[in-house]
Amino acid sequence: MSKLNNILTKFKNMPVDGMTKTLFVAITLCLVCSMVVSFAAVNLKEVQEVNKAIDKQKNILQVAGLYYEGIDVEKSFSSFEPIVVDLNQGKFTNRFDPLTFDDKKAAQDPQLSITLNEDPASIGRRTNFATVYLLKKEDGSLDKVILPIHGYGLWSTLYGFIALEKNGNDIFGLQFYQHAETPGLGAEVDNPKWKAQWKGKKINNDSGELMITVAKTQKYKDHHIDALAGATLTSNGVDNLVKFWMGEAGFKKFLTNLQNGVA
Amino acid sequence: MSQTRKQLLTDPLVDNNPITLQVLGICSALAVTSSLNVAFVMSLAVIAVCGFSSLFISFLRHYIPNSIRIIVQMVIIASLVILVDQIIKAYAYEISKTLSVFVGLIITNCIVMGRAEAFAMKNKPFDSFIDGVGNGLGYSLLLMGVGVIRELFGSGSLFGIMIFEPVSNGGWYVPNGLLLLPPSAFFIIGFFIWGVRTWKKSQVEAREYKIQTLEEH
Repeated sequence: MSKLNNILTKFKNMPVDGMTKTLFVAITLCLVCSMVVSFAAVNLKEVQEVNKAIDKQKNILQVAGLYYEGIDVEKSFSSFEPIVVDLNQGKFTNRFDPLTFDDKKAAQDPQLSITLNEDPASIGRRTNFATVYLLKKEDGSLDKVILPIHGYGLWSTLYGFIALEKNGNDIFGLQFYQHAETPGLGAEVDNPKWKAQWKGKKINNDSGELMITVAKTQKYKDHHIDALAGATLTSNGVDNLVKFWMGEAGFKKFLTNLQNGVA
Repeated sequence: MSQTRKQLLTDPLVDNNPITLQVLGICSALAVTSSLNVAFVMSLAVIAVCGFSSLFISFLRHYIPNSIRIIVQMVIIASLVILVDQIIKAYAYEISKTLSVFVGLIITNCIVMGRAEAFAMKNKPFDSFIDGVGNGLGYSLLLMGVGVIRELFGSGSLFGIMIFEPVSNGGWYVPNGLLLLPPSAFFIIGFFIWGVRTWKKSQVEAREYKIQTLEEH
């Protein structure tokens, strides 16, 4: 015991600037700080995940036009049926649990995604499986389809949803839930007035060609979305990403199958 | 509260404002002032980090070896910032999305580090805490000032509540897009510094050189 005391007194009397004490302070401090940080991270993780999930659900409700202030997000969300789609086959798959499947993670996994040769939306890899949300009417028939879309704008990747009517061609709404575009310019993709333009626009023309365009000048009334003033690159990004996800490499196969009842 | 402690708290507001006098912490002041909600949460985060980092560093000041003191300060500040970031993510998710990386960047905010090195290393814990909070408040005051101007004239609202109805929503106000871009904060902070130095002449720095006239020559 006295030996231990000896060591302790010796340690106490060491100069603060000496090697031993410097190392001691450095190591103790790092240990204490890392414990505090991990404790906070682990304990708050659950709340954060819940927030994230609610935020996503809220955005799905918004894009389907069902969201208003003070709504019980989780309860209203139960009218949606999440389901995983195999993009290559264009069919539903039950390989994954839609409640836990993470599209973003899948896009990083070489087993579950492909490298794009043509990559207009600048997303690098595309997941083979995407979670879509089906909104059903009370009698069980399909009302709307909500598809996840993303692509690069000016500064950031924009993540969002596009809601389609049951015919798979008429747009009901478009909404981004995550982006970092310039406030006031590119971030006007969140402007309700701009978003309202999407409603009723048609993705393909009657002969099935992909026509939807975000541009400054209007060519085809049914397929035209006015680009954002002062945000050419963000508008181009949205144009590219919508074309990509509605095209052959995106959801086109699935939407066609859905129409023919073979999804 | 004694006179000196009160001074520790109020001095950094105007007389010794970290932004206008010392011109520190400009980077984040440019980035987070385009809307008041965001600027407000950022202010709270900086006040908390600045206060508590000064407190802890002051507690440890006799045990911090001189050779690694900056790293020790950084570790303490960084841990507190991560803590604050996690809490914001958990309880103010919407705002954390707009603040994104800037909470993390409080670590590199010169005000926090400056107070730790200049004050907390030499003073008692409670005084250091007050000094940290005071400097955080000084930063916040300017942040909110810049934020009011930028949000009001840039988007026509305050705290997200519409004041001037912008044209894009069918109103009359044409928002000034420049104010939403980071460079505008430079001008505004510049005007603030000009204003404060006109009001408090003692803050004007002495000239480093003088232009010679022909007669003097």
